Amino acid sequence: MKLLRKNIEKLNLFLENYPKIGIYFPQFLIILLLGIIISYFSMNASTNMAARGIETGFGFLANKASFDIQFSLIDFDSNDSYARAYLVGLLNTLLVSGIGIFFATVIGFFVGITRLSTNILASKVAEAYIEIFRNIPLLLQIFFWYFAVLRLLPSSDNSLILFNFVFANIKGIYIPRFIWENLNYFLYGFLFSILIIYLFVSISKKKQEKTGLQVPTFTTSLIIFFTINFLVIYFGQVGLTLSYPVLETNRGLHNYMGGVSVIPELIALAFSLSLYTSTFIAECVRAGILGIDKGQKEAAASIGLSKAQILKLIVIPQALRIIIPPVTNQYLNLTKNSSLAAAIAYPDIVLVFAGTALMQTGKAIEIVSITMLTYLTLSVSISIFMNWYNKKNSIAER
Amino acid sequence: MKIIKFAVSIFAVLLLAACGNESAKKTSTLDTTKSQGFVKCGVSQGLPGFSNADASGNWAGIDVDVCRAVAAAVLGDATKVKYTPLSAKERFTALQAGDIDVLSRNTTWTLERDAAIGLEFVGVNFYDGQGFMVRKKSGIKSVKDFKNGTKVCTNTGTTTELNMADFFKAAGVSYEPVVFEKADEVVQAYDSGRCDTYTTDKSGLAAQRTKLSAPDDHIVLPETISKEPLGPVVREGDATWADVVRWSLNVWIEAEEYGVNSGNIDSMMDSKNPAIQRIVGAEGTKNGAGLNLDQKWSYNLIKQVGNYAESYKRNLADTGIMPDRGPNALWTNGGILYVPPVR
Repeated sequence: MKLLRKNIEKLNLFLENYPKIGIYFPQFLIILLLGIIISYFSMNASTNMAARGIETGFGFLANKASFDIQFSLIDFDSNDSYARAYLVGLLNTLLVSGIGIFFATVIGFFVGITRLSTNILASKVAEAYIEIFRNIPLLLQIFFWYFAVLRLLPSSDNSLILFNFVFANIKGIYIPRFIWENLNYFLYGFLFSILIIYLFVSISKKKQEKTGLQVPTFTTSLIIFFTINFLVIYFGQVGLTLSYPVLETNRGLHNYMGGVSVIPELIALAFSLSLYTSTFIAECVRAGILGIDKGQKEAAASIGLSKAQILKLIVIPQALRIIIPPVTNQYLNLTKNSSLAAAIAYPDIVLVFAGTALMQTGKAIEIVSITMLTYLTLSVSISIFMNWYNKKNSIAER
Repeated sequence: MKIIKFAVSIFAVLLLAACGNESAKKTSTLDTTKSQGFVKCGVSQGLPGFSNADASGNWAGIDVDVCRAVAAAVLGDATKVKYTPLSAKERFTALQAGDIDVLSRNTTWTLERDAAIGLEFVGVNFYDGQGFMVRKKSGIKSVKDFKNGTKVCTNTGTTTELNMADFFKAAGVSYEPVVFEKADEVVQAYDSGRCDTYTTDKSGLAAQRTKLSAPDDHIVLPETISKEPLGPVVREGDATWADVVRWSLNVWIEAEEYGVNSGNIDSMMDSKNPAIQRIVGAEGTKNGAGLNLDQKWSYNLIKQVGNYAESYKRNLADTGIMPDRGPNALWTNGGILYVPPVR
């Protein structure tokens, strides 16, 4: 006992002399502990799986998938590997998340601003929209819109044809495939025109700051854009031909072949994700705008800015700083919610990889970990990007 | 310094726990089942005729009867079953993890499943094959009529996806698979016209057809594109338990062969036919000893569950799902139902 006490005293003395060890040692122990817990569970799992004759490892990724996928952005065939099936699923997840984030942001900003409108009707409609769509569980909305979309569209022998360009039926929405000639000239010309416009806008901005004169940037930019692109298309002989989808009839079955098809599952999923997330974004936007001091708007009005200018130049730049962090959360939610795709046959990573591939190979632990890591990477990337954007938009503290 | 002491003690406890677990002894499924008093059985989430729960939660079907047969054999009471409804995706993990001890959920016996994922198939209780259902007005009469661009609805996590990929590849026809996680959504999507055809096992097609808005407007095409032997599955590595399930299945089928059923089994106890004596476990036969079951295991099974013919009639014929036994008739009646002898 005495010896122990003596040793503890010695230890205390040692720690007083080296305070850093006292700070870092407990942290080191906790990390070690975490490591041990994790390796304990994975060891346990692998021992148990070996005992039950379950094969483990990631070698299966190179094997032939031998199933097909309805919709993919890259070529996929049942002879391709599980790794490629994973890529197809990942791209489909990114596609629907990207579309969803874009529309959710646009609708969300619009509804959020409308919600603050002085027009009572407009603001009440926006409020009703928000309350309805954010209070119904997303999975129900997805089912509702999916089967609503299916019921709404006509059968394939009786397609809805818009401008002889869009062919919509229950099996998908078909548009002609664009076949370009000399597309590279067009792209160079396009980039060139954007560059010129950028230079023009920054020069006129500097001029305005110096002399106070305002140049009609928008109209001039449009003129520059169209002139350059028209000249390039005309002289570069850029050509565009359309390859139309063709209705093929096989006895009583009617299917469009060729062209570009958008499947109803993608439409329903992107639609419901956008509607649902836009309500949360609208509330973030409202909070952001309300967070701007009234004095700012009054000051802007007193120097003669119009209402639109006040919103664009004074309110939104400041509100953005309040809006971005919570909106980032909504982007992350949308991306993760896109995994509900499996319910309505949209071939995202969960349906293709954590569904079909998992079933065919039986590699539950491997596939689920890959899928979780993928979502983690996606979410962290979005976070990093939004943090960067937030930093860019925040002013240096005064 | 308290933190250090705390961390060290947790560390020690964990180390002990880790060692303790590795030396823990495995218990056999048969003993666990006997001591807990019920059989843990995985079934489908609702497939009429195979495993389906009625409004009051009573399970019935030819797959459910396998679970009941095992319960009657092991525990002497066919009702001592705990059913776990599983999706196609969940089923194998549930069995591997020990949530269930028998998986009787229209599961196809394949090499990959038997060899690579720690499962053991013990036999076949239904011979099935994959088919296609189409609308009558589509005019499609045979799978040969499918042309490029066919939209096919089915559900994920089954051999169906692989078979149809093989089938369309061999036929040189391009198609689009519309793959759902649950059967109910497949039926809804097919019914709405999203797909030209619905493919799954023929028994499944017959069962799901009853859920369509106008079942008579649809037909199942005559061709069968795959072999789907469906049967009960157990975990690999417990041979005793696998034997119990295998021979419960076999005695259930062989009882039909020798005309033993739930009605006449009591009089069959006095039969002079040695084969029947072995099936019913009459005195002097060593029925059950090798399986670590009591002498009355097969008697209880047949008395409470009936033989295969009774199960088939109750679940598949009388319900109109599959009135014709087809390949599931006994080998003596032109089918392929053939089990090793109970002796």
